[in-house]
Amino acid sequence: MTTAEAHLPVNASVIVEGPSKGALSVRLTGDWTLATLGDNTVDPQDSITAEGDVKKLVLDIGDVGEWDSTLVTFAVNLERYCAERQITFDGGKLPSGITRLLELTKAGRRAEVAPHVEPEKSVLADAGRETLKALKATGDMLEFFGESCQALMRWMRGTSRMRSADMFLVIEQTGPQALPIVTLICFLIGVILAFVGAIQLEKFAAGIFVANLVGIGMVRELGPVMAGIVMAGRTGAAFAAQLGTMTVNEEIAALRTVGVPPMDFLVLPRMLALILMMPLLAIYANVVGMLGGMLIANAMLGISTVEYFNQTASAVSLVDWIGGLIKASLFGIIVAVAGCLRGIQCGRSASDVGIAATSAVVTGIVFIILVDAILTVFYTMLGI
Amino acid sequence: MAETAETATPARRDAHITVQDLTIAYGPKVIQQNLNFSVNRGDVFVIMGGSGCGKSTLMFVLIGMKQPSTGSIIFDGEDFWASGEDRRAELMRRAGVTYQQGALWSSMTLGENVALPLEQYTDLGPKQIRDIVSYKLALVGLAGFEEYYPSEISGGMQKRAGLARAMALDPDILLFDEPSAGLDPVTSRRLDDLILELRDSLDATVVIVTHELPSIFAIGSNSVFLDPVTKTQLATGDPKALLKDCDDPRVHAFLTRDGRDDAGSR
Repeated sequence: MTTAEAHLPVNASVIVEGPSKGALSVRLTGDWTLATLGDNTVDPQDSITAEGDVKKLVLDIGDVGEWDSTLVTFAVNLERYCAERQITFDGGKLPSGITRLLELTKAGRRAEVAPHVEPEKSVLADAGRETLKALKATGDMLEFFGESCQALMRWMRGTSRMRSADMFLVIEQTGPQALPIVTLICFLIGVILAFVGAIQLEKFAAGIFVANLVGIGMVRELGPVMAGIVMAGRTGAAFAAQLGTMTVNEEIAALRTVGVPPMDFLVLPRMLALILMMPLLAIYANVVGMLGGMLIANAMLGISTVEYFNQTASAVSLVDWIGGLIKASLFGIIVAVAGCLRGIQCGRSASDVGIAATSAVVTGIVFIILVDAILTVFYTMLGI
Repeated sequence: MAETAETATPARRDAHITVQDLTIAYGPKVIQQNLNFSVNRGDVFVIMGGSGCGKSTLMFVLIGMKQPSTGSIIFDGEDFWASGEDRRAELMRRAGVTYQQGALWSSMTLGENVALPLEQYTDLGPKQIRDIVSYKLALVGLAGFEEYYPSEISGGMQKRAGLARAMALDPDILLFDEPSAGLDPVTSRRLDDLILELRDSLDATVVIVTHELPSIFAIGSNSVFLDPVTKTQLATGDPKALLKDCDDPRVHAFLTRDGRDDAGSR
């Protein structure tokens, strides 16, 4: 008969005695609490070696002071350890509290758990799944876009169920309240454009053309794009979060049961508001950007305000403005559709709302850049 | 009590909703199959079963929000999915739904919530709508709460406000998804009483999705029991009669709160 004692750094220990007549006795002493044991993990495998013909293992906790889950965990592990080695576990001396807890964990183990089916893991299977997913996502997006266009047509025919009060609320949120951030971003973009331009153009003594660079750059490209990106981050995310929360709360389902199409009631006012507000924001963004350019032209190149203004006026034509504003309206549709689509597609949990908001911003920005590139090529081909 | 007299003869009334050979599936995943039952006019029909057996999904199918894979749902002898889209929308409007979380539109006041279906589907003027809204809110004990937002009232009040909204268009069928979820026993008892009261006074048919035994026995006059394992109905009929006569051990275990194992007996 041997006695092995595993001392833990704290005042808890596992004393193993035996085997005698095929029975191994495991005696625990000290305090077995989460607080006293700290991160000293006690694994039966570390302290017990059931060699030879051990048929039975007796757990005795008579000398244990305080105990909590740590002790029960040890007992559970010990029991499992015995089960794996076909050793009878004898917990007869355990207090009834622990016995009951052990029984409960066994009940959990016995419960039928539907086998978790792991999807096939291979490069081909992954590629196939991702392709199908991407196709479906594209289909969903096109379908949603089509439905929102139908809603727009219904509105034009006057058969829409939209409430105009909702639209004005969104206009307020997306228009005036977005001005500060648009001001900051677009002023700085104007400044940056002018800086880059001034250094290069001065080499050719053509500093005055900074006005052309900033003016055309803002009006045709950066004004609408920057306003669009700001709106995608600000408003698109807000739409997705609002509609996502409504999905989680079953508010969208409730709308459908009352027979109010969410397209008309939720998506349309947001889309109309942005179609209307984006060009206005873009005009504002252009003007602010030009002011930023003028500041740099004044300070670095000594170009007067009047000179700068005249040069800009002669450089930027009405066609440039119209082309830019058409882009802005399209970006408005993109931001609204991306935000609403992700919101309505949202899953049923709080984290899904976060995912929806993120995804709305990403979708919005990607499509803004994509559409901008296509339109720029298109405009150039048409000679606009 | 009035309800015992009512529930004594459920079979003699005519069928309001009939479900035939219904299979519900999400893509290839079958939720429930071979469902056959009918809900009689004036019933308080309970859809019951363990968690995750597809009770709420069945309710969504009943109100026409989700198309079944096979089988038919017949309202007053009219096959729902065989009808045209416009007719379906009309039929859908004859059912009012109260959702698990209330699902009130959070950006609108209670008054606006109840008013929206009326604004959308009737030609009533603002004054008439206001009158109907305050009448419906008063019916559920929320008189004077028109200007409150859903976030400003308690969970039980939200449920009742959801009920007022479900009743806005005077539906013949009222559906409840887990009406007592998250309510204390007294509030949920009051809600049960309110449901019975409204059923009697509005002459509506009530369909309830629940697994609350007290509610099932207190107000249920007819039921269907769904099983998540075999994915079909195990029994249908008056829950009190099922408790007495049903031989299926699973139904009996559910109705007596007895677990599958010996876990409950200790």
